[in-house]
Amino acid sequence: MSEVALPASLEEVYAIRKREPGAAVLAGGTDLLVRMRADGKKPPVLIGLERIPGLSGIAIQDGVVRIGPMVTHQNLLDSPVIRKHLAVMHEAAQVLGSPPVRHMGTIGGNICTASPAGDLLPALYVLDAEVEISSPAKKRVVPIATFITGPGRTILTGQEILTGIRIPVPDPGYQGFYRKVGQRRALAISIVSMAALLMVSPDKTVRSARFAWGSVGPVVMRFPDVESSFAGRTFGPALLADVGRQYSERIRPISDIRASASYRKMVAAGLPLKILEQ
Amino acid sequence: MKIRCIVNGKQTDLETAPDRRVVDLLREDLGLCGTKEACGSGECGACTILVDGESRLSCLMIAAQLEGKEIVTIEGFSKEHLHPIQEAFIVHGAVQCGFCTPGMVLAAADLLKRNPAPDRHEIRRAISGNLCRCTGYQKIVDAIESLARVEEESDE
Repeated sequence: MSEVALPASLEEVYAIRKREPGAAVLAGGTDLLVRMRADGKKPPVLIGLERIPGLSGIAIQDGVVRIGPMVTHQNLLDSPVIRKHLAVMHEAAQVLGSPPVRHMGTIGGNICTASPAGDLLPALYVLDAEVEISSPAKKRVVPIATFITGPGRTILTGQEILTGIRIPVPDPGYQGFYRKVGQRRALAISIVSMAALLMVSPDKTVRSARFAWGSVGPVVMRFPDVESSFAGRTFGPALLADVGRQYSERIRPISDIRASASYRKMVAAGLPLKILEQ
Repeated sequence: MKIRCIVNGKQTDLETAPDRRVVDLLREDLGLCGTKEACGSGECGACTILVDGESRLSCLMIAAQLEGKEIVTIEGFSKEHLHPIQEAFIVHGAVQCGFCTPGMVLAAADLLKRNPAPDRHEIRRAISGNLCRCTGYQKIVDAIESLARVEEESDE
């Protein structure tokens, strides 16, 4: 049996973890409780973060959106700030799991689970999100791509926990796109997912293009050299087909239970063209 | 541990292991077997309950999380008469084997609370986390659609 603690402050979380280093941190439970049951392992203590007031809420200040890690996917969908300023995240939250999973699962959980198929992650990568990590000793802020180091792996050590997500509001000239391909529309783990931010001049010249890809490598992938090669080109089907071709050649997906590597490359080649349908 | 919560409108004191799954607590300790378990991993919706009015999966909740919460299961969903959603499921033939029905009804309740006038597409999205292995989705969508408040038509 696990002891369960629902502390009301971070200080209490630190104290419990000091006493019980094997304690597990519980956010929405949609991954952790499934994994615990599958593995048949129980941590000595489960620390639920759901009653710590400072870990929820979405606020915008000085051009940065700050999101508490216990914000649920449904909270993201309901937020006018997210819809208006971070549309690509709104899109990603729409295709994550199912309604009850969105009511329970959290953005902090999605990040710390660090699955290459995490549905919010490509949106967070393309938005250059940063995460706040807190411990009794100090607080540090790192880019999401630094935070996640591999499938299920992050840089969190010792007492540290994720306490916030900071996202710079992109220039209003950017348009966001998100597409996920899975075996069905709901409750599907993605086979390939893609988030994009594009800034295109009225004369159709691409001024800036960012793409992040999920489920095609050990972590979400961005390739700055490929992105910068799109600036100055003319937006249209020919360009997007070339975007797909370039990423399809660049990614190194694996074959797994959901899809083969070659199928993933084929899907990746076609996904950018879906931007035209939006 | 002791847990105090409201179950189906009644103040309830529970004595249970803190990490007991809520679905087990409901079915085995409280005898509320209307809440079903199928996948046990959050993928089928059979164990859907309402917690503070919002649909949640009781297979992915543990007892301690219920402290101070208000829980509604299918047993407490109707008061003296069947709830209009349950009536609609009967009228439209939306029940076959019945195993998914409690979850479907509560998923529909969550939807209609958020959006009193959903279209068929929105209804399908709202029940996308609930599997019906009889595959009776059309009639379930028909039943929920019959409750969608129709916007008043205006000729102006």
